[in-house]
Amino acid sequence: MTGLEVRDLTVAYDGVPAVVDATVDVPDGSVLAVLGPSGCGKSTLLRAVAGLEPPTAGTIAWDGRDLAGVPTHKRGFALMFQDGQLFGHLTVARNVGYALRIRRASGIAARVDELLALVGLEGYGDRLPATLSGGERQRVALARSLAVEPRLLLLDEPLSALDAGLRERLAGDLREILRAAGTTALLVTHDHEEAFAVADRLAVMRSGRIVQQGEIGEVWRAPVDAETALFLGYARVLEGEAAARLGADHPAIAVRRSALRVDDGGHLVGTVVSARATPEQVRLVVDVEGIGEVDAVGPLDRHPGPGESVRLSVDHTRTAPIRRDASQPGP
Amino acid sequence: MRRTLALVGLAAGPVLVLAVFFVLPVGGMLAQGVWPDGRFDPGAVLDVLARPRTRRVVWFTVWSAGLATLVSVLLGLPAAYVLHRLAFPGRAAVRAALLVPFVLPTVVVGVAFRQLLGEAGPLGFLGFDGTPVAIVAGLAFFNVAVVIRTVGATWESLDARPAEAAAALGASPRQVFLTVTLPALRPALVSAASVVFLFCATSFGVVLTLGGLRYSSVESEIYLLTTQLLDLPAAAALSLVQLAAVTVLLTLASRLRATPDPSTARQVARPGRPRRADLPQVAATVTLLALVAAPVLALLLGSLRVDDAWGLAHYRGLTDAESGQALLVPVTEALVTSLRTAVDATWMALLLGGLVALVVTRRSRTRAERRVRGVLDGFFMLPLGVSAVTLGFGFLVTLDEPPLALRDSPLLVPVAQALVALPLVVRTLVPVLSSVDDRQRQAAASLGAGPLRVLATVDLPVVWRPLLAAAGFAFAVSLGEFGATAFLARDEHPTLPVVIFQLIGRPGAENYGMALAASVVLAATTALVMLLVERLRVPSVGAF
Repeated sequence: MTGLEVRDLTVAYDGVPAVVDATVDVPDGSVLAVLGPSGCGKSTLLRAVAGLEPPTAGTIAWDGRDLAGVPTHKRGFALMFQDGQLFGHLTVARNVGYALRIRRASGIAARVDELLALVGLEGYGDRLPATLSGGERQRVALARSLAVEPRLLLLDEPLSALDAGLRERLAGDLREILRAAGTTALLVTHDHEEAFAVADRLAVMRSGRIVQQGEIGEVWRAPVDAETALFLGYARVLEGEAAARLGADHPAIAVRRSALRVDDGGHLVGTVVSARATPEQVRLVVDVEGIGEVDAVGPLDRHPGPGESVRLSVDHTRTAPIRRDASQPGP
Repeated sequence: MRRTLALVGLAAGPVLVLAVFFVLPVGGMLAQGVWPDGRFDPGAVLDVLARPRTRRVVWFTVWSAGLATLVSVLLGLPAAYVLHRLAFPGRAAVRAALLVPFVLPTVVVGVAFRQLLGEAGPLGFLGFDGTPVAIVAGLAFFNVAVVIRTVGATWESLDARPAEAAAALGASPRQVFLTVTLPALRPALVSAASVVFLFCATSFGVVLTLGGLRYSSVESEIYLLTTQLLDLPAAAALSLVQLAAVTVLLTLASRLRATPDPSTARQVARPGRPRRADLPQVAATVTLLALVAAPVLALLLGSLRVDDAWGLAHYRGLTDAESGQALLVPVTEALVTSLRTAVDATWMALLLGGLVALVVTRRSRTRAERRVRGVLDGFFMLPLGVSAVTLGFGFLVTLDEPPLALRDSPLLVPVAQALVALPLVVRTLVPVLSSVDDRQRQAAASLGAGPLRVLATVDLPVVWRPLLAAAGFAFAVSLGEFGATAFLARDEHPTLPVVIFQLIGRPGAENYGMALAASVVLAATTALVMLLVERLRVPSVGAF
């Protein structure tokens, strides 16, 4: 296989394992997001791939060649940190050209201009990092990482330090830049939206283990267990009888907040517990017979108050079956 | 308005003390040169500066101090890495051992180097005794700890990620060091180098004991001019030159001394295990340790050598008033005087230094306020560079008339020593206090805590260890202080360094042996204090 292969990787700090038996693949040209809560070991996985942490067991290989013993600077990867880690004493242009100068490349100035144009920062070459905004700094860090066309780009929560609006915009830009350059990338994040916006494959990590991986849509449609579902942005997981009443043929079902909607023709009946209007719809919490409290949405022109009875229908594109019981331990 | 008043109130005490016990004596000493007979006559100063001997002395000071600085930096840099970035058993002991030379009394260092390099010494065949090589080696011996501490403290707290980013971009360890780590260390390096240069250029005891009359630095020349030749205008002129150079260097050092912003999160890498790639640095550190240990060992062995046999006679002589015929008091009594004086000097330095650190680290609201705090910070650093000889002699010429007739006060020596230790106390406490995020104090205040309560809840928990460490540091410095004490100590109550100096100056193997034994006692006492200080694990001790 071409690309990155991580097999049964275990990394421990002072005997305490941070990553346990992790196996992930990043085929050449694809972008894999490792999604997990903070402290789950995803950054350690990234650092191990970068060669900054020695593996306790397992292998990391590129294009079938084991990388054990290859120091960080000879791996041909590039690592981009959460807050960029620009070199404060160098200008933007010298930051971007850093890897090129190290390799004594020619035509550095032209390449730097090209990269700054790629990330939308033409003319910023002479500025110092301290004068840039957070978003601009991340763009410079991205340009610096892309300068020598790394075999693999490692992104450590690249957008988490930015505010919401900027994050969304930059996530789209990041995806396009990675596509345009055909870059293979491994991204770790705790934000499922960031993962969806940038990656095309997803690995979910928890307590040091990879619990699920695959095409992003697949993972999304069929989370492996309740905890994964909740982490992927599903609002609740219903089990047993409650799941059956929603028409699931699995022991459990994950529902998004908008999976149930107010519909006079719906087959579920419940009592409104609370209602809150948002700019797009009314959000309800409804006590449905045989299920319990669930979230639901309704159109803005209907605003049922607490205690009112409503009928609900299920939108099955917004639910996901869970094949394994939540009470079972992970793999 | 209340803030300004509070600032003035807090600052008033230390400023007053510094005015009476520092500015007045030093000013009085300088006035001897510029106003020789009550008339303003700068010509005398210029005359002195034009003398060939003056030029020779200044030139010697500059090049010997410069060379010693270079040696200290080259030896200190690898040791800073090994002692602050690597983890290995016994690290704390090595750190403490390398900090001891800095607080060793200059006289002791002088004696130790003569013992090592002298004709009878183990390295006597090199013929370095009495040459500039010995002086430069002695200066570097003293100051390498400053480089290790200052650079090490910065290195220890460096964010590891820029270096990792560079490595991931393809930079080899050497390239990472040159393009990322070294630029990040540069402020600390330059700051350390300028302070070391300052210490070397104003060093007194080392040059006097190792250089004798042949080699003289500005500082020892001031001593000779004042005490031997009684040429006060010339001494004052040299003091002026020194003061100007010191001010420039201190300004430079303070500009470069950057305190990390407490509100930015950094990921500090934990010290790692030594790897094969660290071999050159480890070897350099072991070499440095051997270089530092050599004079100390020579001193120890010399003190145990009695008439070509091993014995403790020299130590027994310390308690005996009869054996040191020419001395007024037995050496043990001098040790007691030293300890008593050091206790007094320590509380004075702590009180003053604590107030100063508090004043300069409070957040400024206006530009003017910030400037005032900056000037105060610089002002209290001055004793670091001003010749202790100038200070000591200044005490004698200015504090002898009412209302300041303090010449015979038993507090005079402790006050002078406290002033010498003051900058070290301030420099230990300021980084700690300014590392407290000011929002913590604001949070406490918004929850209803008054200023004293804020101090107790936010600052005290952070600062008590550094305060203890600073106390130990001041105590050790005061024990070894020689320059100012040499002038001020009363004959019937000499301190230990003064007695050692007297013993060296007397003929006879017995006296010399006793000087060695007394030096060992003094060195052991200071080393013990520093070991205790090191146990407190305060990184800013000895860093500038």
